[in-house]
Amino acid sequence: MTDRSDTPLVEMRDISISFGGIKAVDHVSVDLYPGEVVGLLGHNGAGKSTLIKCLSGAYRQDSGDILINGKKVEIANPRDARDHNIETIYQTLALADNLDAASNLFLGRELVTALGFVDDSAMEAETRRIMGRLNPNFRKFAAPVKALSGGQRQSVAIARAVYFQARILIMDEPTAALGPQETQMVAELIQELKKDGLGIFLIDHDVHQVKRLCDRAAVMKNGELVGLVKVDDVTTDDLLGMIIAGKKPQHLAA
Amino acid sequence: MTDANAAAAPSRSRNFIKTLEIDTRLLGMVGAFVVVCIVFNVMTDGRFLTPRNIFNLTIQTVSVAIMATGMVFVIVTRHIDLSVGSLLATCSAMMAMTQTSFLPAMGLDFGNPLIAPVAILVGLLTGAVIGGFQGWLVGYLSIPAFIVTLGGLLVWRNVAWYLTNGQTIGPLDETYQLFGGIGGTLGTTGSWILAVIGVVVTCIAVWSARRARIRHEFPVKPVWAEIALMAVGAVLILGFVAVLNAYEVPSRVLDRQFEAAGQSMPEGYSEGYGVPYSVLLLIAVAVVMTVVARKTRLGRYIFATGGNPDAAELSGINTRLLTVKVFAIMGVLCALAGLVASARLSFHSNDIGTLDELRVIAAAVIGGTALAGGVGTIYGAILGALIMQSLQSGMAMVGVDAPFQNIIVGGVLVLAVLVDIIYRRKTGAT
Ligand SMILES: Nc1ncnc2c1ncn2[C@@H]1O[C@H](COP(=O)(O)OP(=O)(O)O)[C@@H](O)[C@H]1O
Ligand SMILES: [Mg+2]
Repeated sequence: MTDRSDTPLVEMRDISISFGGIKAVDHVSVDLYPGEVVGLLGHNGAGKSTLIKCLSGAYRQDSGDILINGKKVEIANPRDARDHNIETIYQTLALADNLDAASNLFLGRELVTALGFVDDSAMEAETRRIMGRLNPNFRKFAAPVKALSGGQRQSVAIARAVYFQARILIMDEPTAALGPQETQMVAELIQELKKDGLGIFLIDHDVHQVKRLCDRAAVMKNGELVGLVKVDDVTTDDLLGMIIAGKKPQHLAA
Repeated sequence: MTDANAAAAPSRSRNFIKTLEIDTRLLGMVGAFVVVCIVFNVMTDGRFLTPRNIFNLTIQTVSVAIMATGMVFVIVTRHIDLSVGSLLATCSAMMAMTQTSFLPAMGLDFGNPLIAPVAILVGLLTGAVIGGFQGWLVGYLSIPAFIVTLGGLLVWRNVAWYLTNGQTIGPLDETYQLFGGIGGTLGTTGSWILAVIGVVVTCIAVWSARRARIRHEFPVKPVWAEIALMAVGAVLILGFVAVLNAYEVPSRVLDRQFEAAGQSMPEGYSEGYGVPYSVLLLIAVAVVMTVVARKTRLGRYIFATGGNPDAAELSGINTRLLTVKVFAIMGVLCALAGLVASARLSFHSNDIGTLDELRVIAAAVIGGTALAGGVGTIYGAILGALIMQSLQSGMAMVGVDAPFQNIIVGGVLVLAVLVDIIYRRKTGAT
């Protein structure tokens, strides 16, 4: 599936960012190809979320470049990221609890009528359409998303990315709050989006899941990149070793 | 078996309310309001629910109610505005000085038709600029709204004092005074026309909302429920106008009017006041604010930011600018409230709007605005203002001592919030 002859969809080069002396991300480079899933692994506080927040516009890197389709881009805020078709599903789900699914899906990009008023029924119709595809059991269109289960909330967040035709999808621990069945649903969705040619960064704690879903895995420790490996070249034990010891496995070390 | 029966009855009435899709919280507030009215009416031997008293209650509520609609936005975005009473005073002072001093100095004499509109415009601008400035301090400099507006409470009260040298400014322009309440009303015919327009608009609104849902093939309420909703709306509008029309202009006032026109009053002639312009202004504010809240991006962003500021920010919403806008709206509404308040007095006084911040916040909170942010309605805040004013004037009529009046109002505020918390916990609502 993965097309390696092309320029990468995303290239993050030598990204560094620190918060008051703490180097949260320290000269990290990763890339992502269309139709590829790259897993990001590492302990809590390793810098995974901070790294991808530079791509989603939530943070601005201190140094380093971001290239989309080989062209250097400036991503200063979430709006810029959206303009590059980058969608993010955040670890702490970025949903407004008091609004319904449709309002959340379209937040910041509302459909409006000819007079400029928000078109709630059109947005609800679109939401019903996309949810029918992603999560056919979803029924609670009128309720605030606070009333939804973790999986339902996650499907709203994913629907947002799919609806606006993301080409680059960032998922920060999308299954952390989900039960096994809902996790399976998200896993299937990732496979499907991958087939559509999206590039996906998947941050996950579970090495088995990363091995199953991802093409490559980047392991971080203390803000530094330990290594970027093809998952088929390593065992889960190798990955665990990289996370814990911060060393690349012997057979891959150059 | 008996258990099943016992459970069936309440669930049926709950289904009934559900079918009508009526907000149970609104129902509770209306219930509280009705109880207050009935209790005072009994205690005053029927003097509370006379057209005259209802008319007075209505015009006394307007100023606080106008500001309460803006406070809903402020509180929904997780802020607070303690400066509204003082800001009202500064706007009122600016409007009073414009018409009695600034404009006459520029050659516009007392009674010139331009005076009222220019003065009002100056007031609105003052409110918008000061409100926007406070919003900028909160949004861009990240000073907590509590502190900014606590400072504002002192600053704007004394700016008003400085502008007027602490003097009472009046009498104000005649046209300007039309917004005061009893001094400017639509009259009976005008009021009935307004009522009919109101009923027609209500019916069209209900029906077009239904049509939109059908067009998108969403589930709709049964037709009888829609018609019931329209009927309730129509009865409320017509009833309210009928009461205001029933309050008759005293015959000596009419006598004087006819005398001024060089005629004598016909035998048995009478005239009702009808809807005051100030109430018309409140209705306009309520409609505009409700449309902003529900049908514009601005409103959507206000509620989203209140629900989850981070989510709003990450969705590309400029929450800092939003804060400026919300406080600027609050400032404009303070100016409108200042217009109504000073026009009602027919002069600007140094202590105008004193303690209004408490009444306004109380009205919004009693009306169901959650201090945690993200939740609140415009109609709730107006109803909250009405409940507060009813309590206040009811106690005055019954002859409750002044200190006890305030003690009870304070207690009611705390109690209302407690009831709200329990309600939210029970229903699991946000
Ligand atoms: N906004 C911030 N301010 C200060 N420190 C931060 C901020 N965001 C992240 N950090 C720090 O950066 C480091 C990396 O955090 P994070 O990227 O969230 O880790 P991960 O997602 O891998 O668990 C941590 O030490 C964290 O405390
Ligand atoms: Mg993280």
